[in-house]
Amino acid sequence: MRVPLSWLKEYVDIEIPAELLAEKLTAAGLEVAHLDYLGVPQTMVEGLRYPKSDHLVWDNQRILLGKILEVMPHPNADRLVLAQVEIGGGVIEQCVTGAPNLFEFKGAGLLSSPLWTAFAAEGAEVWDGHSDEPKRMILKEKPLRGIPNRSMVCSEKELGLSGEHEGIILMREQPHDASGKPFAPGTPLSEVLGDIVLEIEFTPNLARAISIYGVARETAAILDKELRPPPFDVLMEGATIDGKVTVTITEPELNPRFTFALLENTTVKPSPEWMQRRLTLVGQRPINNLVDVTNYITFEIGQPLHAFDYDKLKARAGGKAPHIITRLPKPGETLLTLDGQNRVLDAHNILVCDEEGVLGLGGVMGGSDSEIDENTKTVLLEAAGWNFINVRRTMMTQKLHTEAGYRFSRGVHPSQALLGVMRGIELMRVTGGGTVAKEIYDNYPLPPETVVVKLPTSEIFRILGVKMSAHEAQNLLRRGGFLVEAQGDVLHVEVPDWRMDIGTGVIGEADLVEEIARIYGYDAIPDTIIADEMPPQWANAKFQREEAIRDALAALGLREIVSYRFTAPEREALLTAPGMPSVLPEGAYVTLANPISPEKSVLRKSILTGLLEAARLNARYAERQFTFEIGAVYLEHAGQDLPDEPRRLGLLITGKRNDPAWMGTDSGAMDFYDLKGILEDLFKALHLSGVTYSRAMEGSFHPGRSAQVNVNGKTLGVFGEIHPQVAAAFELEGAVLAADFDLAAVISVMNELYTAQPLPLTPAVQQDVALVVKEETTNAEVEAVIRKAGGQLLKAAQLFDVYRGDPVPMGFKSMAYSVTYQTDERTLTEAEANKIREKIVKLAERELGAALRG
Amino acid sequence: MTDTLESLLGEAQGALDAAKSSEALRAWELQFLGKKGRVIEAVRSVGTMPKEERAAYGKRANEIKVALEAAYAEREESIKAAELAQNLEAGEIDVTLPGRPVNRGGLHPSTHTLRDFYRIWSTMGFQVYHSREVEDDDTNFTLLNFPPHHPAREMQDTIFTTKPNVILRTHTSPGQIRGMRELGENGTKPIRIILPGMCYRYEQITARSEVQFNQVEGLCIGKNIHMTDLKGTIAEFAKAMFGPQAKVRFRASYFPFTEPSMEVDVECFLCGGQGCRVCKYAGWLEIAGSGMVHPVVLQNGGYDPKAWSGFAFGMGPERITMLKHGINDIRYFWANDLRFLEQF
Ligand SMILES: [Zn+2]
Repeated sequence: MRVPLSWLKEYVDIEIPAELLAEKLTAAGLEVAHLDYLGVPQTMVEGLRYPKSDHLVWDNQRILLGKILEVMPHPNADRLVLAQVEIGGGVIEQCVTGAPNLFEFKGAGLLSSPLWTAFAAEGAEVWDGHSDEPKRMILKEKPLRGIPNRSMVCSEKELGLSGEHEGIILMREQPHDASGKPFAPGTPLSEVLGDIVLEIEFTPNLARAISIYGVARETAAILDKELRPPPFDVLMEGATIDGKVTVTITEPELNPRFTFALLENTTVKPSPEWMQRRLTLVGQRPINNLVDVTNYITFEIGQPLHAFDYDKLKARAGGKAPHIITRLPKPGETLLTLDGQNRVLDAHNILVCDEEGVLGLGGVMGGSDSEIDENTKTVLLEAAGWNFINVRRTMMTQKLHTEAGYRFSRGVHPSQALLGVMRGIELMRVTGGGTVAKEIYDNYPLPPETVVVKLPTSEIFRILGVKMSAHEAQNLLRRGGFLVEAQGDVLHVEVPDWRMDIGTGVIGEADLVEEIARIYGYDAIPDTIIADEMPPQWANAKFQREEAIRDALAALGLREIVSYRFTAPEREALLTAPGMPSVLPEGAYVTLANPISPEKSVLRKSILTGLLEAARLNARYAERQFTFEIGAVYLEHAGQDLPDEPRRLGLLITGKRNDPAWMGTDSGAMDFYDLKGILEDLFKALHLSGVTYSRAMEGSFHPGRSAQVNVNGKTLGVFGEIHPQVAAAFELEGAVLAADFDLAAVISVMNELYTAQPLPLTPAVQQDVALVVKEETTNAEVEAVIRKAGGQLLKAAQLFDVYRGDPVPMGFKSMAYSVTYQTDERTLTEAEANKIREKIVKLAERELGAALRG
Repeated sequence: MTDTLESLLGEAQGALDAAKSSEALRAWELQFLGKKGRVIEAVRSVGTMPKEERAAYGKRANEIKVALEAAYAEREESIKAAELAQNLEAGEIDVTLPGRPVNRGGLHPSTHTLRDFYRIWSTMGFQVYHSREVEDDDTNFTLLNFPPHHPAREMQDTIFTTKPNVILRTHTSPGQIRGMRELGENGTKPIRIILPGMCYRYEQITARSEVQFNQVEGLCIGKNIHMTDLKGTIAEFAKAMFGPQAKVRFRASYFPFTEPSMEVDVECFLCGGQGCRVCKYAGWLEIAGSGMVHPVVLQNGGYDPKAWSGFAFGMGPERITMLKHGINDIRYFWANDLRFLEQF
């Protein structure tokens, strides 16, 4: 909300610069997002930092209040006039101007009631009114169509007040200061129109402050100043309102209060300058005095009002006194609201009706049928109280946002209705004339109970850690408008009726402690180190192991990615190659009711989509990719409201094995064994033992080039070359190698308590064995034979060559192993090694039909 | 027979003089002084000589062997010196050529910041506690003192699922309720945890706002926990995170689940509080929301709010990462563009 300092000062004395006030309000929770300077300079306050404002500062010698005495025609130009402007000390300056809003006064001679304007003398700096971009200019003498001209009357745009450049600033009444003393011609304009507007953002708990007076109340508390409320007296000279209107409230919980005041024989006209100016400053367009007063009161004290044309209501009632009913809608009921929309009403929408039908959505917006217009003579002014939760619900379901709804949905205490209706009807009378009916019609079936909280001062220490006397706490609360009585160490606090945010009992105590802290100032509260007992620290192995996996993968050259958890079923369907059973876990998706876009309509069931999509995006400029992601997938679980969120580990590599380099590198395309090498190293780093690999059949992978990983009968996951059709579906070219692991399974087989092996005491003997085996014989089978035959003395068997071709017959291959023997008991001899080698060859012959390669 | 010895000596010396490299020298050694070298053979052959010649032959053979060994050593030294000199002179390479590429992996920037949080908070006794991401409305809102339709819910635009009352958590705070209920043993045990994880809001994806983001919530419950402790603890965190000179300030704010509630600003570490573009010339950067745990929340977590108190705070790792590294577009975080990720 925009809060003009000049308006704020009407209710509270502010002697500090606006910049410091903004700082203090912000610290107290009224966040001042921006200061809007109108003509007056920015003050730099020691110790505070804020951006330097580049607004136009009005020259107090040259930008003045001018009084237009006469508007004469320009002898040589129809579209220009000569304004005779008095600027103090009897000096009259002639300004040549094309301002269209002066034309109606052209040639009328001396004006019977002079016009007041903004005058800029030669040498003054103003904004260029004709430039689309903000551009400053200095006024210089320059004849216009033969008439000398050195000064000007200004538009709002030229002075930086708004973008308005259609006409010049014109006031039909002599402006005056806050005390009502008129400003003389020649007064520096900054004293008349200069201002600083604080743009304040309110958190939902600050309903009481969403008005100028509300901010003044907070300001008075923070600065420890006295608060001056606006006048609430009404001159009531008409006949009684009794019998002119009745109100039936059917849902007091939703509408605890409904008040009416009546103004008869009034005239609709423009509002006075000061009111128009204030409304403009807070961002409201002045319309006429009736509409403006309802807006003015909304902004002044935070109580929204609604003005009915009484005669229209009476006509609807067939000439009888209108009977207003607030109620819930009947099935199928609709309402044409002021914004021109015909709304189908929801069951919870509280309505303002008469016997003929619906007049408005309570607390949010009026209907068009009973609205005031320029011919209104009799105004029935409504101020009511509404349940804030229900108003918010209505705004949400009807998708309707209004200034009234905004305030009512945050909470306006029903006590404020009476103040609003009195202040409003009086301002309507003062601005439009007429007679106010005696008495206010007030139907108040459910006045909220006055909230009283007993606050022991020990509670202040317990929560804040600050020792505070009852007296000190009492003073702080009183500044906030609370009625406080100290009885020993307990404060009896009565909550003022403009606040709805203070609870009772233990909640009320916490609410008051917060108020005390806020007014005391958070910065005044000291820092301490926690002295309370330290809770027992527990080992979080799952978390630590997950982080260890991240580190191991990064050390292996993989880059961590984090994808959106959202996807679309159509995207994930691409993970299964055509004709294969779905790779996705069974069960429904966690489906979003309000997705931000169709491609983010569900939560993912697989971690691979994100990796594949990232690969596609990165393929545009990366010739090789090594990525991994760790995160949850989301699986609906029958019989459970909330889904399971198992964590997965996904890896993806693709592209060239190495970056090209000037000295030459192996830059062939990566294949299954590149990924397997990474995984083997990963498992080594995680100290997994007993890892076995077997062929996998998973619809995302190439059926011949994928493997399942098991540890002691537990499946960790699958890896291999992504099925070419799946890769193509993700627009990927070449071999894409990926892995999809169950993170919990990996974590469950990790072991930090692995045993370190002692160094050997004797040298090892190393021999090579090349065996010719059938093509279908696997490395695992050959290795198993070698280990079996090698027995205790065999330390390692490492495959180093696979050869096919002459002289190895077709359908066979030669597999060459480097075999190491060693025992700490003695130094092995070549002869012993040869014996084992023979055993290996024999066993291979018997079990695999292998032959030693000659 | 000594003549053969003399001619062997002459031949060996000639060949030694001709050896100009280490390889040639080694070949020479093998030929003359090796196990089966001709000089060694000659020495060994003394036994085959006629008796009368043996003494003279043996003596001369030994003399020749010793002389050649000395000549060899001398020659070896001079060749090594020459080769070293040549190596140093001719071994010059272009040191500006790029090195052999190494495959460097790395962690996501959010992970780096999350780990900073884990490390710093663990030194103060805060342990990591994970809570679920798909939540029920009760735990995400109502139990945290956001009644249904309360205007405070406006602060967090929610992504709903098609199941009634099941939503994506809008903040990590529901983990407070789950943590208190799981670890508090019916409100009898103090707690110090941090709750990291992904949260979701119904927001347009722009440079400044995201639909998913990490949050790290902190929760400290005890019988003697005060707002002064909250201030002191956050100040400690800021020093550990941003350097020993880091200053913090607290501004009143509103979160339904804490009271008093406050925003935490740290003095801008980019400009030292002097004002710059990043801190919008205010000298301060907002880094956390915090407050004393609301009595309703304590109660819902199983604690007696008259006997127990606590504080909570929440911070955004992505925001802090952005501030630290001058990142001006939050969309980089989940776009998985390697050109961005490889900078961390
Ligand atoms: Zn800065």
